[in-house]
Amino acid sequence: MNTSNATGRQQNSGVALASRRQRYWDLRAAGNFIGGGSGTGLIVAAAVAATSGTPFRVPLLLGLALIAAGLTLVWLEIGKPWRALHVFFQPRTSWMTREGIVASVMIPFGVVAAAAANPALTWLTAVLAVGFLYCQARILRAARAIVAWRQKEIVGLILAAGLAEGFALALIVGLRGGIGLGLALAAGLAREFAWHRYCAALRREPGAAASIAVFGAPVARRLAFVQRVGLALIAAALIVSLAGVSGTAIDAASAVLAIGGGALMALTSWGMKALLITRAAFTGALIVPVTPIRGARPESAADGKAPALVQRHAR
Amino acid sequence: MTRYVMVADLRRCVGCQTCTAACKEGNGTPPGVQWRRVLDLEVGTYPDVSRVFVPIGCQHCANPPCMEVCPSTATRQRPDGIITIDEDLCIGCSYCIMACPYDARSLVEEPHYAFGDTPTEAEAARRRKNLVGVASKCNFCVGRIDAGTARGLVPGQDPEATPLCVNACISGALSFGDIDDPDGPVARLLAENRWFRLKEREGTDPGFYYIWDKGTL
Repeated sequence: MNTSNATGRQQNSGVALASRRQRYWDLRAAGNFIGGGSGTGLIVAAAVAATSGTPFRVPLLLGLALIAAGLTLVWLEIGKPWRALHVFFQPRTSWMTREGIVASVMIPFGVVAAAAANPALTWLTAVLAVGFLYCQARILRAARAIVAWRQKEIVGLILAAGLAEGFALALIVGLRGGIGLGLALAAGLAREFAWHRYCAALRREPGAAASIAVFGAPVARRLAFVQRVGLALIAAALIVSLAGVSGTAIDAASAVLAIGGGALMALTSWGMKALLITRAAFTGALIVPVTPIRGARPESAADGKAPALVQRHAR
Repeated sequence: MTRYVMVADLRRCVGCQTCTAACKEGNGTPPGVQWRRVLDLEVGTYPDVSRVFVPIGCQHCANPPCMEVCPSTATRQRPDGIITIDEDLCIGCSYCIMACPYDARSLVEEPHYAFGDTPTEAEAARRRKNLVGVASKCNFCVGRIDAGTARGLVPGQDPEATPLCVNACISGALSFGDIDDPDGPVARLLAENRWFRLKEREGTDPGFYYIWDKGTL
């Protein structure tokens, strides 16, 4: 049997069918990734707070609520919501099943941890939450039709972005000590690094032009700029905190910096996720590696030279 | 072993879309859903321009990414290589659509019809309510294959055991059969002609072959 010409010598030109934007996962699906990431970050922040003796119930419960809200949104999106329990049927290979299993364990643990105000259980919930977020990242990675999702760098991006969003929200709900600010800044910088790696990987991908165009559009550039402003505000609040200066006005200014920075960082990261899931999600181009030779062979095919490919369309 | 595959001879396909129509008629797919499509491509520069027609659909991969991601086990692979969807298990999450590199799957969220809010007589007779809210795709007319083989018929050779698109093809561009049968028409076609498969690098081992020239490499 002969081998495919996709990897062999080519005697006639190929043709590529342009990629198209997926239309099945909308803002509800994006909401699941936003809620999952932010919720996980908040739960981890709550666990850190629990260790340092800071009240942690509010961020813990808020984190659980965000994760539950995200799952509810995706439940509203599926075609057969009353069959939702079928999602648990394929733990062997499906990251969506694994996401559901981890969530169904994590949420009860978290509720008990909050009710009992138990730091150990909170840490256990945080570990499960990170597992949940990892499953979400792998869900995207396994979506092989979507060029912007199937990059291996997306795993690090989703993890870093989730933690950054959650730590940013933790600043808003009161965890504004030096540790909280430091964690938010570190997670924000990690997210920037992961974003840089992800974009570099995307630029190396031959079929990613449409996704790159979305991330290069003015709205995405503005989001990235505002996110850096948020990071700068958090850094300023951290400097004030580390300087050890205090006073009513300084404390108020520091709180405003932290809350403002946290809000900007979380909101812009949500915006980028919404873009990633909805606007930048293009299928890979369908490449027909060779075109048929009908009747008399064209000279260019007979002598092994491929004619130029210029135009293509499909209906 | 048996592995059913489809072969499309691109030299023969004239882009008449009869396969598409036969599939829609036989499977009762809703408007906008085409399990068997024919891409109409234009190649070259004036005046040296040609059109290429490429029938596509589910590639019935040996390593199907759609099955791997399906959380409900609705997507399954039969021993004969055919990938099926159990419409009663599918939750309509669309994850398989995101995983299929061949854009072969569809999902219709609401029932709708070709003309207005009510089905035409033909639609009412053909429509399958269980296709709403779940993923759907070409299944190589698996019901015909099973019914035919149960009667001792040979898929790809006996029309009653052969996918509708193959039966309908006016130019004989589409062929179907067991690639593991060395004397079968499909294996012979592939042995005697040059062919390719789509997106080989994905490693999915698709069961859809495209013949583009005579001879072997």
